[in-house]
Amino acid sequence: MTSFKLTLATLVASVAFVGAAAARDQIQVAGSSTVLPYAKIVAETFGETFPNFKTPVVESGGTGAGLKEFCKGVGADTIDIANASRKIKDSELETCKKAGVTEVEEVKIGYDGIVFATDASNPDLKLTPKDLYLGLAAEVVKDGKLVANPYKKWSEINPSLPDATIAAYIPGEKHGTREVFEEKVLHAGCADSGAEKVIKETVKDEKDQARKCIAVRKDGMAVDIDGDYSETLARIAANKSGIGVFGLSFYENNADKLKVATVSGVVPSTETVASGKYPVSRPLFFYVKKAHIGVIPGLKEYVEFFLDDQMIGPDSPLAAYGLVAAPESERESMRKAFESGKTL
Amino acid sequence: MSDVTSSAFQARGAARPRRDIGIRKRYAAERRFRAYGVTAILVGVFFLAVLLWTVISNGYTAFQQTVITLPITFAESVIDPKNERAQNPAKLMAANYPLLVRDALIKELGIDPNDRTKVKLATDMVSASSRTQLRDIVVANPSVIGTTMSVALLAEGNIDSANKGQIDLTADEANRKVKNQQLAWMDQLRQKGDLTKEFNTGLFTYGASSRPEAAGIGVAALGSFYMMLIVLVLALPIGVAASIYLEEFAPKNKFTDLIEVNINNLAAVPSIVYGLLGLAIFINFAGLPRSASLVGGLVLTLMTLPTIIIATRAALKAVPPSIRSAALGLGASKMQTIFHHVLPLAMPGILTGTIIGLAHALGETAPLLLIGMVAFVVDYPGSPLEPSTALPVQIYMWANEAERAFVERTSGAIMVLLAFLIVMNLGAILLRRRFERRW
Repeated sequence: MTSFKLTLATLVASVAFVGAAAARDQIQVAGSSTVLPYAKIVAETFGETFPNFKTPVVESGGTGAGLKEFCKGVGADTIDIANASRKIKDSELETCKKAGVTEVEEVKIGYDGIVFATDASNPDLKLTPKDLYLGLAAEVVKDGKLVANPYKKWSEINPSLPDATIAAYIPGEKHGTREVFEEKVLHAGCADSGAEKVIKETVKDEKDQARKCIAVRKDGMAVDIDGDYSETLARIAANKSGIGVFGLSFYENNADKLKVATVSGVVPSTETVASGKYPVSRPLFFYVKKAHIGVIPGLKEYVEFFLDDQMIGPDSPLAAYGLVAAPESERESMRKAFESGKTL
Repeated sequence: MSDVTSSAFQARGAARPRRDIGIRKRYAAERRFRAYGVTAILVGVFFLAVLLWTVISNGYTAFQQTVITLPITFAESVIDPKNERAQNPAKLMAANYPLLVRDALIKELGIDPNDRTKVKLATDMVSASSRTQLRDIVVANPSVIGTTMSVALLAEGNIDSANKGQIDLTADEANRKVKNQQLAWMDQLRQKGDLTKEFNTGLFTYGASSRPEAAGIGVAALGSFYMMLIVLVLALPIGVAASIYLEEFAPKNKFTDLIEVNINNLAAVPSIVYGLLGLAIFINFAGLPRSASLVGGLVLTLMTLPTIIIATRAALKAVPPSIRSAALGLGASKMQTIFHHVLPLAMPGILTGTIIGLAHALGETAPLLLIGMVAFVVDYPGSPLEPSTALPVQIYMWANEAERAFVERTSGAIMVLLAFLIVMNLGAILLRRRFERRW
């Protein structure tokens, strides 16, 4: 019988707690797993620097899931910030506005480079978008016609590439990185190899044209990795001749195990990504709910702290971790935009 | 005629051919079956051994942490140059503590203070968490200002990894996180006895951190503890009440059959489904806070209930009907029969089921993903309503980290989780041994 009373008491207590939960004193962040390590560093340092605020809670889960949570509405039971490794889509912004999140502030924190790397025991590797396209596309042009990708070894594509069976570990389709990979590598390679022209001649529908250009072969030579970069690293360790796709920061933390490939002759580094010389990079963002500023304690301070040069400048801990700092003028305009409360 | 009799005699006299009862075949079949059994067990043991070997060989180093002991001079000129701490104690919170570490390193290693690259390399060897460590010392006892005290500071994660031999030092220096100069300094400090490996208490007490050396499972363990408490307090009474009613009172009809089928089905539903349910009911509808262990506990309660109900019903069924009949025959009411006789006898089975259910819930991550508990949480949750995370979640998050030092911590955390599970399952076995009755 006592257990029944205990249950009842717990239920009553939990209902009573609901009222108390309405006021929240801790910032809640969710979203991209690429932005997560940066957001963690900022959240931790923020908690140490401002002892009067609690350390923000940063959830992982992906850009799409984070923005979905973000767009659920306004109030203490919804998150304050969504991290994103791509720009918010118009459709997502619309959902946001329908749910009452009318004022969304966009903050760009810097850039992330995407690198191709093999096991450290391999010789130097020089890639171009064209080589990668020919190695990984579902269909390539041969004698003016589209045929299923016949290449089995990298050396068949370009004699300067290693004489190894094609094995590439690329981000899965739900990854934010996949979009950059498609746009900056496959699409560019599609145009460079002349496949785009042939596709445009043979395929009518414009959407189908774009889709054909970025279609990846499904015969097991290009493997989608839905997990994180640590899974890609394990795949490379198992198959030494495999090529993996990593974030620049992940590569820099594991540079003793990996050999990075140049793309179009440029070595990926924070400098080459910042200058735009290295072609495969993307901006990283987070989105702030303006209605929560002034309601959730510390939210304004957190964003300002994040935007400070001591966090995202060229000499900052985020840059040391692998974030490519945005140019000075861009950082300055971001700070001004947030100060003036500019919304999307 | 004589032929027939003689052959009949012959047959009787010589060893008569036995009726073929396939004895040899049957023995062979039995031996084969035993061999299959042994193989099955060997395969299981082999994989268990591989799992334990990988986890332990990767993880045992996580229980040690490299510590650099430095004589820190708490200079007033750095901490409180204008001597305002009496009026404004907040000054002590914001002081430039990393400068103290820098000065101590310059003195200790004999670096030219103007050589910025070298100074940076040296300060990189000490964890950035030293800022809070020194701040806490000063805030707790402002009288240390002006004195010199030997303080054990955490070594930065990569230095820790290098000290444990986990970084390939033959790789090109440019591709390494630890530079040759730092290795030389490490040797220098080691010889003085200032660079030591100590038991890593922080692994058990710290919350999450982006710095591996300052990362621990404290918050996760507390979150898991809250959730287990909620599961125990809710799932045990609800599960036992439901099973007693279904087993002892409910009429046997199509409706109760339907309930039974549903309970058995629910036990097999993928746990992520419970996460979706929890998100819809507890967060979106009831408005409970995200990332809170209360919600996690409620979700895990729903997940564990079928297991507990099935185990409890089996335990109740195993109590011989003669006990019920005897109690009823002596004039006990139905409820007295159940609570005085049946339930105590079924208790070991119920407890075993509950502990196994709890152990299952302890290792669950999938349902926690959707309710926001797969998160980076630094502060200890003061109540189950504050954001927290769980042990398996912490393992998952560390497994995805880029830094080398998180590899061993991942395995270390797995070892801690395994230890909890072993203790719980041992408890289940002991309870069964202690209270089990045979009829």
